[in-house]
Amino acid sequence: MSQLVQVEAQTARMQVGRRGWDWSWLGVIPFFAFAVAFLIWPCFSLVLGSFQDPQGHWTLANIRDLGQPFILEAYWLSIRISLVTALVGGIFGFLLAYAVTQGGLPRFVRSGFLSFGGVASNFAGVPLALAFIATLGRTGLVTAVLKTVFGINIYDRGFNLYTFWGLSLTYLYFQFPLMLLIMAPALDGLKREWREAAENLGATSGEYWRYVALPILMPSILGTMVLLFGNAFGAQATAFALTGGSLNLTTILIGQQITGDVLHNPNLGYALALGMVVVMAVSIGLYTLLQRTTSKWLR
Amino acid sequence: MAFLELADVRKVFNQSVAVEHFTMGIEPGEFVSFLGPSGCGKTTTLRMVAGFERPTSGTISVGGVDITHRPANRRNIGMVFQSYALFPNMTVAENIGFGLKLKHVDSKSIAQRVSHLLEVINLPDKGGRYPAQLSGGQQQRVALARALAIEPQVLLLDEPLSALDAKIRVSLRNEIRAIQRQFGITTIYVTHDQEEALSLSDRIVVMSNGRVEQIGTPLQIYTYPQTTFVASFVGTLNVLRAKVIDPAAGRITVDDQPVMVARSLAQHRAGDMINVALRPEVIGLDGAPGTINQLQGVVEQVTFLGGTIRTQMRFASNSLFFDMFNTPNGKLPQTGQTLTVTFPEASCLLIDGPVGTSATV
Amino acid sequence: MKKVAFWPWLWVVLGGLYFLLPLYATLDFSLRAKRGVLGLTAYASVLHNPKFVQTFAFSLRMAVFTIVVSILLMVPTVYWVHLRVPRLRPMVEFVTLLPFVVPAIVHVFGLIKTYSQPPLVLVVSPALLVGAYVVLSFPYMYRAIDTGLRALDVRTLTEAAQSLGAGWGTILFRVILPNLRVALLSGAFLTFSIVMGELTLALYLAWPAFGPFMYQIGQNRAYEPAALAIISLALTWLSIGLIQLFGRGHAGQAQIAGAK
Repeated sequence: MSQLVQVEAQTARMQVGRRGWDWSWLGVIPFFAFAVAFLIWPCFSLVLGSFQDPQGHWTLANIRDLGQPFILEAYWLSIRISLVTALVGGIFGFLLAYAVTQGGLPRFVRSGFLSFGGVASNFAGVPLALAFIATLGRTGLVTAVLKTVFGINIYDRGFNLYTFWGLSLTYLYFQFPLMLLIMAPALDGLKREWREAAENLGATSGEYWRYVALPILMPSILGTMVLLFGNAFGAQATAFALTGGSLNLTTILIGQQITGDVLHNPNLGYALALGMVVVMAVSIGLYTLLQRTTSKWLR
Repeated sequence: MAFLELADVRKVFNQSVAVEHFTMGIEPGEFVSFLGPSGCGKTTTLRMVAGFERPTSGTISVGGVDITHRPANRRNIGMVFQSYALFPNMTVAENIGFGLKLKHVDSKSIAQRVSHLLEVINLPDKGGRYPAQLSGGQQQRVALARALAIEPQVLLLDEPLSALDAKIRVSLRNEIRAIQRQFGITTIYVTHDQEEALSLSDRIVVMSNGRVEQIGTPLQIYTYPQTTFVASFVGTLNVLRAKVIDPAAGRITVDDQPVMVARSLAQHRAGDMINVALRPEVIGLDGAPGTINQLQGVVEQVTFLGGTIRTQMRFASNSLFFDMFNTPNGKLPQTGQTLTVTFPEASCLLIDGPVGTSATV
Repeated sequence: MKKVAFWPWLWVVLGGLYFLLPLYATLDFSLRAKRGVLGLTAYASVLHNPKFVQTFAFSLRMAVFTIVVSILLMVPTVYWVHLRVPRLRPMVEFVTLLPFVVPAIVHVFGLIKTYSQPPLVLVVSPALLVGAYVVLSFPYMYRAIDTGLRALDVRTLTEAAQSLGAGWGTILFRVILPNLRVALLSGAFLTFSIVMGELTLALYLAWPAFGPFMYQIGQNRAYEPAALAIISLALTWLSIGLIQLFGRGHAGQAQIAGAK
C-alpha cells in the first residue's frame, strides 16, 4: 500500500515538474533506434524495393515475377523441406520428450537429454554440415561402416547427403532437440490428477491420451511444429555449407543474388526476400495463436 | 458384512510404512471422514480405495466383491480431487458427461443426465463454459457432478475444499453433504480440517502416522477421545499437570488446589502425576450447580476475538485459557486480577503420556 | 509391479544414437588424417593454419564487442521498461523477437542494400557486423536480463538505493548490474557461441570470420573440417555448460536458438 502511494507521489511530482507530460518513454529510444538502424529499416527497405523497379518507380512487376518457374520451385523446395523436417522432427521430438518426461526412466536420462538438446539445437550451420559430411558423406563413417560391414553402399542405392533427404536428415539434428526442449515442459504440465480423474471415470490409458492429454497438448505440438517449419525455412548456413548452393532453396537463391546478379534484377531479389518474411511472419503468427489457446486452458 | 470393507490394509513405500493395519467397514450411504495431519496416511488409504495405489497387504471390497487388485478404471468409484482436476480442454458439460461417454451411453441420455446434474449443483446455465472461466467453488461443484455422473458405488473426496476461500468452504461443504444425502451415496471424505470432519460426518476416522487412532461419531471423537493424539488434534485443549490424591474417589490436586474427576483413576496410585485436559468451553466464571471444581489464579492476558473473549490464566505452575461470549453488559476480566474459574467434574479428560503443561493444538 | 518401459527406452536409444552418431563419426574422422593411425594430425594442421588464428581472433573480437554493446544497450533498456514504462514491454519484447522472424539471409541482404550506398556507407566497417550481431543477440539478452530483473524486485531495490542517495549511474552500475551477473553471463555465453559460428552475415558482408573460414576449409579439405567441427562443438558445449553451471542447472527456454 505504502509503496503504491509512494509511486503515485513520485509520478505526480514528475508530472508537475515536467508540465504534466511523462517523458520516461525516451529511455527506450536508444534501443529502438538501434533495432531500426540494424534490422527494421534494412528489412523495410527490402519491402520498399520489392515494389520498385531499378529506376525507383512504383510497380507490382517484381511480385508478379515471383511466379517464374525457377523461383516457385525454390519456394516449393524450401516449403517441402521445412514441412518434412517439422513433421518428422516434431513427431520424434515429441516421442522423445514423452519418453524422458513420462516414461519412468531414470532421472539422469532426462537431464542428459535436455542438456544435450540445448547444445544440439544451437549446433547448426557450418559445423553441423561438416559433422554430417563426416558421418554420411561419401567417405563418412556410417557410409563406410555400412559398406564394409553390411555390404550396403547407400550411395549406390540412391542416397545422397547433398540432396533433399540428406539435407532433411541434417536439419533434423537441430529440429528434433528444439521440439524436445519445448515439449518437455509442456508434458510436465500435464497434471497427474487429470490422468487419475480420467481413470476414475473409466478411461483406459489410450482413452486418456485420446480425449484428455493429446487435446490439451495439441496446440503446443502444432505451435512448436509451426516454429520448426519457420526454423527450417529461414535456415541458410547449413544448406549452403552442405550443398554449396547446388540445392535450389529460397535462401540459397537470395545468397546467389547477393554475390552475383543471377536474377538480373535486384528488385526481384528484394521481392524474393519479402516472400520469405511473409512466410515467416505467418508461421510466427500461427504459433502465437496456438500458444494463446493453450495458455487460456492452463491458466 | 459392511458395504465397503477395508481389511487389515497396509501400504509400504520404499520401506517406510504409510498405512498400517487399517480395518474398517463402511455402511451403504454412510458419510465417513478420514481426519489427520498431512502425512498421516489418510490420502494413501483413499487412493488405495480408488485404485491408484495397490495395498502391500490386506483386502478392499465393495458390496462383497474383492476389488483389491482391480485397476482404477474398472472400479466405478467416483473421486473429487483437491485441485479439481477438471479437463481444461472440455466444457463443463463435456467434463460431466465424460465418464458416460466412455461407457458408450447414447448422447441423448448423456445430455439429460448432465443437465440434471447441472441443476443439482446449481449451475444450470454454465454447461457451455470452460473450467478456466469458472470460480474455484464452481469448478469443484462441477468436479462433484462429474464424479456423480457415473453413478459410482462409492464417492471419494480428497480435501475437496482446501483450495477454496473460507466463506465458500462452509457453504460448499453443506452443499456437498446435502447432495450426498440426496443421492444416498457411500462417501469417504479426506480432510485435515477438524471442523469439516465434525460437522459433516456420520463417523470419523482419526489417523496419525499411518495408524488409526480412533473411529467414532463426531460426538464420541470430541467428547471421549481415546488417545492423547485424538484429544489434542480434535478441538483445543488445556492440559494441566495434576497430582493423584485418592484414586478411588477421583480426587486430585492442580497446583495444590483440589479437583474432582468423574473417572476412574484405578490404574494410578496416590502421589502419581497425571495430565488432565479441559476443553476451553467447559470452563466458566459462574459456578453452576454441580460444578464443584474451582481453581483460583491470576489473569495473564485478555484477548478480544470478536464474538468471544479469550482469557489466559496462570496458576502456580499450570496455565489455561477459556472463552466467554462477548455480551454487551458483561464484565471483562482485567489483566492481573485474581479470578476463580469453575468446571464440571465430568468434563475432565484424562490424558496419558507426556504433554506439555498447557497445550493448545 | 513396475512394467518394463519398452517404448520409452526405444525412443531414448534411437534418439541417443541419432544425437551421438554424427558426433562420434566426426570425432573419429578428425583423428584419421594419417592413414591407419589415430592421431591429432588434422588438429595440428588446423591450428597451424595462420588463417585459423586470424579468423578465430577476428570472431572473438566481434563476439566481445557484440557482448559489450549488447549489455550496455539492453540492461538500461530492460531496467527502464521494468521500472518506468511497463506499458512498452510488449513492444520491446516484440522487437527482440524479430531476429527469429527475419532469416539471416534476408537480414544481410537488407543491410547490404541500405548501407552500401550513400549517405551511409557502412559495409566497409566492422561496426555494421557488430550492429547486426547485437540485433541477433537481442532475444537471448532480453530474456536473460528480463528473467534476472523479475527475480530482483527492481523497484524496491531502486527506491532503497535512491533513499540512500544514489544517482542513476550508481544504481545501474553498483546495484543492478552486480545483481544481474548470472543472467548476463548466460546471455553473454549464448551470444558468444552464436557469433563464433555465424556464417551468413560474415560471409556476405565479406569479413574474414571463423564461420566463413570453416566453410572454406570444408570445401577444400577432407579431415580438417571434422577437426574444426569438433572444435566448434566444444566451444558451443563449453558455453552452454558454463550457462548451466552458473544458472545452477536451469536449462531450457533461454538456450533455444534459431537455425542458421
